[in-house]
Amino acid sequence: MEIAGGAKELWKRVGYTEKVIDHFMNPRNVGEMKDADVSSTVGSVACGDMIKIFLKIDESDRIEKISFLSYGCASNIATTSVMTELVKGKSLEEAKKLSFKEIVEELGGLPAIKYHCAVLSIAGLRTAIAKYEVKKGRRPLDEDFVMTLLKGVLDPMTGRDIVSMGKVKSVSVHDGAIDIELDMSGEDEISKVIRAEILDAFEGLDVSLNVKLKS
Amino acid sequence: MPMKFPVYLDNMRATKVDPLVIEEMVKYMQEIYAAPGGEFGHSMEEEAAEALEKARQKIARKIGAKPEEIVFTSGRVESNNLAIKGTVLASGKKGKVISSRIEESSVLRSLESLGKMGFNPMLAPVDSEGFVKQENLSEMLSGAILGSIQFVNPEIGTIQDLKAIGDLFEEKNVIFHSDASWGFCKVDIDVRKINVDLLTLSSGLIHGPKGVGALYVREGIKLQPLFDGAPREFGLRPGMEDVPSIVGFAKAVELITEEDIARMKRLRDKLMDILLEIPDTKLNGPKGDRRVCNNVNVSFFGVEGETILLKASMKNLFLNTGSACYSRELLPSHVILATGGSFEQSHGSVTLGLSKWTTEQEIFYAKEVLEEIVREMRSISPLYRRS
Repeated sequence: MEIAGGAKELWKRVGYTEKVIDHFMNPRNVGEMKDADVSSTVGSVACGDMIKIFLKIDESDRIEKISFLSYGCASNIATTSVMTELVKGKSLEEAKKLSFKEIVEELGGLPAIKYHCAVLSIAGLRTAIAKYEVKKGRRPLDEDFVMTLLKGVLDPMTGRDIVSMGKVKSVSVHDGAIDIELDMSGEDEISKVIRAEILDAFEGLDVSLNVKLKS
Repeated sequence: MPMKFPVYLDNMRATKVDPLVIEEMVKYMQEIYAAPGGEFGHSMEEEAAEALEKARQKIARKIGAKPEEIVFTSGRVESNNLAIKGTVLASGKKGKVISSRIEESSVLRSLESLGKMGFNPMLAPVDSEGFVKQENLSEMLSGAILGSIQFVNPEIGTIQDLKAIGDLFEEKNVIFHSDASWGFCKVDIDVRKINVDLLTLSSGLIHGPKGVGALYVREGIKLQPLFDGAPREFGLRPGMEDVPSIVGFAKAVELITEEDIARMKRLRDKLMDILLEIPDTKLNGPKGDRRVCNNVNVSFFGVEGETILLKASMKNLFLNTGSACYSRELLPSHVILATGGSFEQSHGSVTLGLSKWTTEQEIFYAKEVLEEIVREMRSISPLYRRS
């Protein structure tokens, strides 16, 4: 890796390890995948932190190929890049067990303020796998699944997912139709952004989605 | 001529100290280092005091003030705190304190503090170019104690019409403070022609040393000091004056020329033009004479600012961003949002601040580096998919 003279000091200051910088400058498995079996978008434009994960799964349920797109900071790119390396060739069951801590460890550490990036890359992986399983009919399209996808949607003002923020009031699924009720005004910019991100999260699934906001 | 690295375009935040300023300062560190003294002091004290007063005169002259209306402080942030809290607390009243949505944090947080003390802070909205909406401001000013409206915005370069705003304050009989740090020595300001009561001036943004600034306090305006100590600076600010820095500050004021400003304007417009050649790039803030001579701010859609900043840094190009990832609070630029810009516009915004030494070569280098980074990051952005 080539870093121009003097630049190394900067990484020290922002607390990024050399490995983070390496993955930031030379991300692995990056780009759109045309023949993906499933894709999943998590994060928020409003937070400036968004990734899209593509998976190609082989007959023995292993991750044959994985790639990603990123809109975010250096640690967003680095954590997702490392995540793709860690799960490539693994079975779906193994991949599901990967935790954000392992990603942080693999990178040799991450500033605490950037942990949410590692969490987001895990959310991207898990929602992609969940969507794949639903598409294959191995997993019911139920409330539990909907909540899994909603955990990938972030509240722009806090950067935390809307489920742990308590913004999801109720979820119900019946005959392929999903009703999501949010505890939000619906009038402001933030509610609109979150609504759009929920629609993004369900992209590629054959469902009818109804997002209700408290008005 | 070969280009010198780094290419430093973060001059809205800090500037390189002029060598002529340093030369002047050294004398007051190594030869005349006594405490600036009173009438009955020894001769070195007197010499230090003389230097201090000469500096005061130079700075006063620059804004059309009297020397005794200039109070030296530790910089912009202290000046703002002293101006806002000092006048409000001295007023003995409780009531409204007004500012705008695009102020810098020392002003906004001073208002927050006053809010906790029982005052009523209100922020006037701005238009899409960052100009304070005067109708709203005028309404808010009714019955207010003080208002603080910045002269120039450091992020998007908007120069407020202080004359018109000052008239609103006069009409409503409200004390008017302005943080003029980013306009001082770049845009003419004369306190005899503008109804402004308090003006914050900074040294670190005009090639002077950091850690020193001044507050213009119009004769007759009452201030409660923020600190207790033996009286200095007309009883408004205790603590020994930092004579070397103050001398350096005054020297820096003298060194900026009309030619510097004209050249920066030309380069600013050039930089703006070439950056806007990059597709899906938007200019933030106004154009022309209503924008400060050394500020350019653009948003690159589909790209996040911290990534731009770090990648540019790798290429020895230094700039600033309004992205949330870069800020310690993880919040996007309140300035871009206040102008009606989207979150994406805020995260993808970069501020480039020129100095009197910025060259055309550097401007082109900045464009080349930014264009490459933006192209690369858009190619992997889920937000930016060109078919």
